[in-house]
Amino acid sequence: MLDSMAVVSPLDVLCPMHIEISGDGIISHMGPTIEKLVTGTGRRFNEVFDIVRPASVSSVEDIRGRVGAPLHLRLRDEHGTGMKAVAVLHGGGAILNLSFGISIVDAVGDYSLTGRDFAPTDPTIEMLYLVEAASAAMQESRDLNRRLQGAKIAAEEQAFTDTLTGLKNRRAMDHIMGRYIAVRESFACMHLDLDYFKSINDTLGHAAGDHVLQVVARILVDETRAQDTVARVGGDEFVLLIHEIEEPLTLAKIATRIIARLEEPIPFNGEVCRISGSAGTARSSQYETPTIEEMLHHADVALYASKRGGRAQHTHFEESLLDLDITKPTGERGAAHPDA
Amino acid sequence: MHGLVSRALQSFLPDTYGPDVWTEIMERADLGYTSFESMLIYEEEDTLAVLDLATTRLGKTRDDLLEDLGTFLVSHPNTQALRRLLRFGGVDFLEFLHSLDDLPGRARLAVPDLVLQTLELREVDEATFMLICGNDIPGFGHVMMGILRAMADDYGALAFLELEENEESHETLRVILLDEAFAEGRSFELSRKAS
Repeated sequence: MLDSMAVVSPLDVLCPMHIEISGDGIISHMGPTIEKLVTGTGRRFNEVFDIVRPASVSSVEDIRGRVGAPLHLRLRDEHGTGMKAVAVLHGGGAILNLSFGISIVDAVGDYSLTGRDFAPTDPTIEMLYLVEAASAAMQESRDLNRRLQGAKIAAEEQAFTDTLTGLKNRRAMDHIMGRYIAVRESFACMHLDLDYFKSINDTLGHAAGDHVLQVVARILVDETRAQDTVARVGGDEFVLLIHEIEEPLTLAKIATRIIARLEEPIPFNGEVCRISGSAGTARSSQYETPTIEEMLHHADVALYASKRGGRAQHTHFEESLLDLDITKPTGERGAAHPDA
Repeated sequence: MHGLVSRALQSFLPDTYGPDVWTEIMERADLGYTSFESMLIYEEEDTLAVLDLATTRLGKTRDDLLEDLGTFLVSHPNTQALRRLLRFGGVDFLEFLHSLDDLPGRARLAVPDLVLQTLELREVDEATFMLICGNDIPGFGHVMMGILRAMADDYGALAFLELEENEESHETLRVILLDEAFAEGRSFELSRKAS
């Protein structure tokens, strides 16, 4: 490097990446930094470097005709490092001063360059510092965004969850149903209403009622699969979205099994709570284009038929049921049931 | 106060004394949040309250704790980014010392809203320097002391450091450079990939 040379030439200090080319295109001298990259002194300039742009420049004469203008070079080595250069006349040849330009970040690694390889006035080190500082700052921002994203997901998760039972809430159900409809997934919408629940609240208190709801939630989750959705949409009303099952017999079996389990006595503080459930189901295949409102309304109509039929049973929606329907339209779903 | 400053404490305390200690300190501080984010701005008294609680909890003086913080910031594997950025200051420890005047400017170049204390290096003789640290952030001089000790090791230099003056407005550190090439030091490549 610099101090290993007997007499330090001014240009080696000021421009450690310069190259002197003689009139016949031979490299006669290279600055200490460029020397570190490639052994070039005594070789033809065109063997060591490829002049990329301008395309018209190839000989020393061409270079001499481009004094002061930018030249784009490529080092003919395994890295093919791109460099910028500027030429001045020197005797019958030229002196080129080189810089890494935007290749700098890779070049410092490829050639193990250090701070001493650059002239003290060269802002390259500051630029490398800035590149690294900016990417460190970027990383911090990215980490922050990731944490915020995590917090947002957690918050949304909460807003989609019924806090008493851990089931999905009405918002979540709307969201999932909307998505099923948008991508034309096949599914069944089962509306389930507990029977005799109100009397538990009235006689044994809200603690008992809450306990029963939690037991019911567990039963509903047990009796459905992971890809199904169980949502609590009102005090004692639940909606089950059963994914890719539309076979009426299968759906009836699921409902019957759920109702049977709901009827198992639920002990609470020395008392026994007894409930049952009525259900009604609408299937997406019953519609040309299903809508959330219509499917829920029809499941509700079927549920009402179950109630009228004596409770503790399940009904599939059919058009004919609409004639029996005395419930209010979707807005007040569930409010008009004879036994809430 | 910039979150990076607060965040420095949040890296140092749990890494050195365990996450439980940190959680306990933050709970006692009762700031309404439990962690600092490096790219946000916090009330200065919040960070200082955490620092005070830490000194009480750990039974250390504030000066010692801040010096340990400075050393941690340069030498701990979790804070390598900062060590590397400091190493860009110079190819040897002497050059690094001379780059300290520029440190607040460099910091601002990286994070425009980060305001650090002013630093001024005065050369007493060839091997003796006075570093005058502004004191807007109380105790900043002690952090610098820890940073300089660790950076001397990093460069492989043998240096003697002591607190010369502890004024209200500034702190002065005396740096005596005994041997610039005392040990091998840690390697530093300009390329992050290589190191």
